[in-house]
Amino acid sequence: MRNTWTICAKELRSYFVSPIAYLLLTMFGLIFGFFFWNALGYFVIEGMEMQMRGQTFPMSINEQIIRPLLSNVSVVGLFFIPMISMRLFAEEKRSGTIELLATSPVHDVEIVLGKWLAAVILYSCLLLFTALNFAFLFRYGHPDWKPLAVGYLGLLLQAGTLLALGTFISTLTKNQIIAGAATFAVCLLLWVLEWTSGYESATWAHVLAYFSVVTHFESFAKGVIDSKDVIYYLSGIFLGLFFTARSMESMRWRS
Amino acid sequence: MIIVKDITKRYARAVAVDHISFSVAKGQIVGFLGPNGAGKTTTMRILTCFLSPSGGSASVAGFDILEQPFEVKKRIGYLPETPPLYLEMETVEYLRFVGKLKGLAGAELEKRIDYVCERCFVADVKNKLLGKLSKGYRQRVGLAQAIIHNPDVLILDEPTAGLDPKQINETRDLIKGLAGDHTIILSTHILPEVEQTCEQVLIINKGKLVATDSVRNLQARTRDAESLLLEVGGRDGQPDALLVQQKLEAIPGVSRVLPGDRKDSGLVFEVQSLKGQLVRGDLARAVVAAGWDLCELSPAGRSLEEIFLQLTGSEAVAEEKPPADELQP
Repeated sequence: MRNTWTICAKELRSYFVSPIAYLLLTMFGLIFGFFFWNALGYFVIEGMEMQMRGQTFPMSINEQIIRPLLSNVSVVGLFFIPMISMRLFAEEKRSGTIELLATSPVHDVEIVLGKWLAAVILYSCLLLFTALNFAFLFRYGHPDWKPLAVGYLGLLLQAGTLLALGTFISTLTKNQIIAGAATFAVCLLLWVLEWTSGYESATWAHVLAYFSVVTHFESFAKGVIDSKDVIYYLSGIFLGLFFTARSMESMRWRS
Repeated sequence: MIIVKDITKRYARAVAVDHISFSVAKGQIVGFLGPNGAGKTTTMRILTCFLSPSGGSASVAGFDILEQPFEVKKRIGYLPETPPLYLEMETVEYLRFVGKLKGLAGAELEKRIDYVCERCFVADVKNKLLGKLSKGYRQRVGLAQAIIHNPDVLILDEPTAGLDPKQINETRDLIKGLAGDHTIILSTHILPEVEQTCEQVLIINKGKLVATDSVRNLQARTRDAESLLLEVGGRDGQPDALLVQQKLEAIPGVSRVLPGDRKDSGLVFEVQSLKGQLVRGDLARAVVAAGWDLCELSPAGRSLEEIFLQLTGSEAVAEEKPPADELQP
């Protein structure tokens, strides 16, 4: 456990001494800020129109601002995750530092967990930016915080799954670009798998849609924790990390 | 300390290491010698548990590399061919990270960091970014990293590659100083390095071990004939080379006389004699009796280089040597 933390701290450090972390934070902050501004503007205009028409249809900040925004974050996250995970192992393999890690008295699992944890923490830092925006909603309105917390839990689980897959892909190559591009392709594919359920009602379409990371986030965005979705994400994380550890082990045989 | 039995490593298309067996006693410095691509790095990677062998077994400090890799890793310090440095870290920070990985903590860790910084002469760059260090410093930080947890066994892959002559000497002294406390295996393709630093040599070629012995024994073993360098001068001008050669060949015990370079002071010959025949006195008397000056008479010890070439059967290194003339001032 101590080794996991040592490696995690080292990874976090290299994110934050290089421009990667700041670049990602800035980009994410800008993009989410734009989403937030639009969602808020739309909400305000709609509220005024309703007042003018004399309708008293109830409006909800949770339903009309937070929920769509969380769904947006879940999709935007797909684009950021490859940039976080691509360097984890590819960089070590290129610079030869993997030899230091692999010949130190540290278990492969500890290395894998440490690196993945650092990636998840960096992603959490991105989410902090969204929390800054949401803080304004709490300042001027009265949204319910519980669905928001559940939404964040869902985002973390989803990112955890994709980052675990990204970490695995990163062990397969020395080239960060290749690792990043492949992870991006996998992320996109896992997103669009749900489209099949739109026109096809056969079992295979449902199965495919079930594998989509985004469908499982929908209930979290609503503020509902469904064990089915939690299990999906947890097993995704486990599978990704398991493959990573196996891939590290296979390096010893293939070189 | 290190026992290797029949280690083999096969890759998809080639055999990198082919049934190698050797053992190293505690506190020894062993040179691992071979041309590029001979399998030195692969063997070292197997010993450090970075690679698994395709066959055979090995044990380090009493632990099997396949059964108990964790225990082996605790007792090994490893410097790969390129020092495994995180270029965005400072020297101290990097050593602290490695120390933690190797299981050190707290005051003990800080004490070891200070010690290895002194020992490896990197104390003056403690707070510099590794990316800004010169090649020599990087190599020394790599060495500091390898000894930080005071391992029983040190495995150094070409520790002097890419250093300038002064740094090479410093590094060699450093390695020599480390022997005794540590058992050291170092690989190199530079022959004088082995002659200067190592007690034992393992010569490897195309994945096979071709010789294991002490440096001195190796020199003696391959020397089937004694060879002497003789320089003959004349009082008035150079003596006739052919005449000298004939005179020398006539001495009993001399098997061959090879004319060497022509120097200002005289002619140089390489005289070979059968082993055990002491011909030096006869040579000296013959030269003086003929009225020539005996300027120099010295044994031409065979360098490891020749032995190496003989064993690995390659001529490439010999061709690269500059002709002897150019070496004269």
